[in-house]
Amino acid sequence: MTIFSDIGRYLLMIKGMFARPENGKMYWKELIHQCTEIGFGSLGIVAIISVFIGAVSTIQTAYQLVSPLIPPSTIAQIVRDTVVLEFAPTLVCIVLAGVAGSRIASELGNMRVSEQIDALEIMGIKTKTYLVLPKVIAALIMIPLLVVIAMALGIWGGRLAGVASGIIDGYTYDRGLKEFFDPYTIKFALTKSYVFAFIISSVPAFYGYFVKGGALEIGRASTKAVVVSCILILLFDYILSALLLPT
Amino acid sequence: MIEVKNIQKSFDGKIIIQDVSAVMKAGQCNLIIGASGSGKTVLMKCMVGLFDPDHGSILYGGHDFTAMEGRDKTEIRKEIGMLFQGSALFDSQNVEQNIMFPLSMFTDWTYKKKLDRVNEVLNRVNLPDVNRKFPAELSGGMKKRVALAQAIVLNPKYLFATNPIQGSILKPPSSSTNSSKRSRSNIISLL
Ligand SMILES: Nc1ncnc2c1ncn2[C@@H]1O[C@H](COP(=O)(O)OP(=O)(O)O)[C@@H](O)[C@H]1O
Ligand SMILES: [Mg+2]
Repeated sequence: MTIFSDIGRYLLMIKGMFARPENGKMYWKELIHQCTEIGFGSLGIVAIISVFIGAVSTIQTAYQLVSPLIPPSTIAQIVRDTVVLEFAPTLVCIVLAGVAGSRIASELGNMRVSEQIDALEIMGIKTKTYLVLPKVIAALIMIPLLVVIAMALGIWGGRLAGVASGIIDGYTYDRGLKEFFDPYTIKFALTKSYVFAFIISSVPAFYGYFVKGGALEIGRASTKAVVVSCILILLFDYILSALLLPT
Repeated sequence: MIEVKNIQKSFDGKIIIQDVSAVMKAGQCNLIIGASGSGKTVLMKCMVGLFDPDHGSILYGGHDFTAMEGRDKTEIRKEIGMLFQGSALFDSQNVEQNIMFPLSMFTDWTYKKKLDRVNEVLNRVNLPDVNRKFPAELSGGMKKRVALAQAIVLNPKYLFATNPIQGSILKPPSSSTNSSKRSRSNIISLL
């Protein structure tokens, strides 16, 4: 059963990440580098997606709420909650699995295939610690930040679209945002984004680190890394919602 | 001194090398010669610990390297320099950064001192003035020279090289170019 041996090797890789760095300064430099790559490298696409998601949410919510009995400020509430609870963390992380995940898998895959990982091992460097751990930590720092930015931009995008199409005026939208606001939704979304960040960094790292073969296999590994990461994100989205959301 | 004792290595049940033994003395240059695909690289990767042999042992200065764990293994590895078939340079870093990397990782030298050492080894492999070039901008032979410079930058006790004559960075002992005199050429050099 390859799936069980894969899970075993994945867990061993995670365990192998935690070792004493040979030189703290070099590891710190690598961490900063990864934070830049993951954070700024994905900021543009995250911003675009969030604004449009918010905009579409407003228009579709308005379309579905046709009753005159429902006050228009309800639209803002619904947009706020869907963006915060689901769109910002889950959709953004699915996109990040594609953007950052495939980059991690192909970077490590290339290093494996061209023997750069072997070269580091020969120098006496613990490659799981030096190559994988900074990526995982960088993801845990940057991805929740990106998710918070996505929340703000999504809600702002919803306001833009609402005002532009005359569905709701800015004042009513802002008032709606403050109605029935439960800070727990933010906490829940952040919990999800930490779990997703771990998936997006460690799963592609696993597929990249253990690539065998050549350029073709690097491509396959990064595709597989993205697919598996997306499935795991959706699975954990379900599990965490079932466990943590009071119904 | 490196001792290889009855090494066997197989992949998926297919035996590649069987019952190989050898003694390599300090100050000597040892060549492993064989047809392509005969297992030269596999033997060398067993010797440096990139592959675990099925059985047999490798001794460095009398200490059993195959049985070592973590820290002891790392200590031996710091004394090993290895030149890979495909050079294995970091493509996101330029020549200078590539060669400086082991120095930054394992010494606390100042930048100036590291740079001097980098230029010194680059001169030794006959490659001045390529500091700012990236591996992708170098020819195959130049890449191998840079990789050699990286392998010797920490003054390793043991130098391993796969196919060193390809790309003619290390000449066979008969010819005497600058680099071959200095690093005593060829496959496993115990400096
Ligand atoms: N990682 C590996 N997995 C499976 N087979 C391998 C691996 N590395 C080498 N081999 C096989 O071992 C044999 C010897 O390879 P190698 O040592 O690279 O040859 P050479 O003597 O030309 O250096 C070849 O048949 C090769 O296919
Ligand atoms: Mg070979």
